[in-house]
Amino acid sequence: MFAVDSLLDDIEFVSIEFLIVVIKVVVVFVVGLVGTMLMVWFERKVISFMQNRIGPDKAGPKGVLQTLADGLKLFFKEGLVPDQADRFVYKLAPYLAFVPAFLVWSVIPLGGDFSGGKDGTVEILGRATKLQLADPPIGVLLLLALSSVAVYGIMLAGWSSGSKYPLLGSVRASAQMVSYEAALGLSLACVILMSGTLSTSGIVASQYSISRWSVVTTGVLPFVIFLIAATAEMNRPPFDLVEAEQELVGGFNTEYSSFRFALFFLAEFMNTITMSGVIVTLFFGGPQPVKIAGRDDVLFFLGPVSGTVWLLLKVLVFLYLFVWFRATLPRLRYDQLMHLGWRVLIPISLAWFMLLAFFRVGQDEDWNRVVIGGAGLAVILGCAGLLQLAGKVSARNREREGAMY
Amino acid sequence: MELFVFVVAGAMVLGGALGVVVRTHPVHAALSLILTLFGVAVLFVAQEAHFLAAVEVIVYAGAIVVLFLFVIMLLGVDKTEDLRIEPFRVQRPVAVVVGVALVSLVGLAVIASRERTVRVAEPLDVVAQDPADGNVRAIARDVFGEHVLAFELTSVLLVIAVVGTVILARRPRKGELIGSGK
Repeated sequence: MFAVDSLLDDIEFVSIEFLIVVIKVVVVFVVGLVGTMLMVWFERKVISFMQNRIGPDKAGPKGVLQTLADGLKLFFKEGLVPDQADRFVYKLAPYLAFVPAFLVWSVIPLGGDFSGGKDGTVEILGRATKLQLADPPIGVLLLLALSSVAVYGIMLAGWSSGSKYPLLGSVRASAQMVSYEAALGLSLACVILMSGTLSTSGIVASQYSISRWSVVTTGVLPFVIFLIAATAEMNRPPFDLVEAEQELVGGFNTEYSSFRFALFFLAEFMNTITMSGVIVTLFFGGPQPVKIAGRDDVLFFLGPVSGTVWLLLKVLVFLYLFVWFRATLPRLRYDQLMHLGWRVLIPISLAWFMLLAFFRVGQDEDWNRVVIGGAGLAVILGCAGLLQLAGKVSARNREREGAMY
Repeated sequence: MELFVFVVAGAMVLGGALGVVVRTHPVHAALSLILTLFGVAVLFVAQEAHFLAAVEVIVYAGAIVVLFLFVIMLLGVDKTEDLRIEPFRVQRPVAVVVGVALVSLVGLAVIASRERTVRVAEPLDVVAQDPADGNVRAIARDVFGEHVLAFELTSVLLVIAVVGTVILARRPRKGELIGSGK
């Protein structure tokens, strides 16, 4: 009925199929939690090295258990509810942030055997299945839906605290996340256009060699826009105005403590991992192997785990990149943030999407590629000129009226 | 299984709808609306209309109700509203009439179509050919093929609405009347 997993089509409780699905759920949950724990450690360690200090090094080897210690400490703290808070919404909000962050895992292909053009199915307990919790036909749209649900967690947390700094933080957050979702969706649409399917496993399957990776077939630009918009969507630096501690104390989560604060913290770092996973899935072939020296089975000795290792390696690159952003880039001002989102990213991604669609139609109709490119470029330049002109006019008007901020 | 999903989702939809009307706090009412929207999305999924479910969540829950909440949070709507004040006198009797009419219309439609719903509807050709992406393809063919004129007109309507809002919300300069062009 739900078509999420072909194993579930005619399911009987207490059967091997059911067992496999349960195992998948447990593995995804545990890997998510442990991964988040390691991510917090990774981020602190890498930032420390970039800032020429040592970072956590007391708990466990190289300080790897520091997060566990911090987590335990948080659980034993007293959970306060502010007097002015809207109690029900205040308690609900952390879960609204946490659950979507976790659910994104379920549609990311987490591994499988793709060497030699296989389609990634593996055998577990004698049943062929994909290493992916759910493979709904609208996989990619589910990602968008979950990221739009995640807005509620932050928004309601800030509002229900009944305090002004969290409210300011959450108003900023919701405006920012809604704004950048458009650019995110448009660059996503480019990938969908080139791969011709919405399902995440289908998108991975269409990227069977480096020249077929979406980052190449869509022409790099959508990837860059997606990366920027994803950073803003996660509220990570340089787009962390939501919790700009110099201005807003701590942002939307100022009034939270104990377990509920831990949930926000967990959601934030889990989002970083899942977003890296999404980027790798969409643009870099997910668990598809990279061809090195003409062989795509360099990791053959790992057998069915090789796909997962490839995914992990690619995800690590992006995790490092996000930490690097945080260590390097200063925070944007609010008007710069909105300018970048609405006046730069959205028009560019829209124009690029239209150009790709134009090429696609041209391919079907057998038109001359040079003519298509020229015409497309001319239209884009014309629109860009108009946009510039409109911007100039509005800037002049604003100057005449006196700046409002 | 299907009955179970239907009952749960139906309870979500009805509970949410009741909440929208009954809850006195606007934020709680908006949250109830989200519950309703999710219930509808679940019902769509149960009918294998995955694309509609996703769009329901992305557009309605993800954008429109966020906008509602944004406005409520920024404007800080009063917590209690005096029900005795009636800004528009005929609206309550008219609301009763329209409500009763709507309920009886839907009731009649259900009764009239009872025999027909028993028959299994024939699946659309496109959907039958390609169950994975068929939904999306069928909707795309319909919207961008058969109904493309209505679709484009709708987008023009939206642009007009946006332009109108910008003009209405613009602060007039000193000594300028809106609409005078000077």
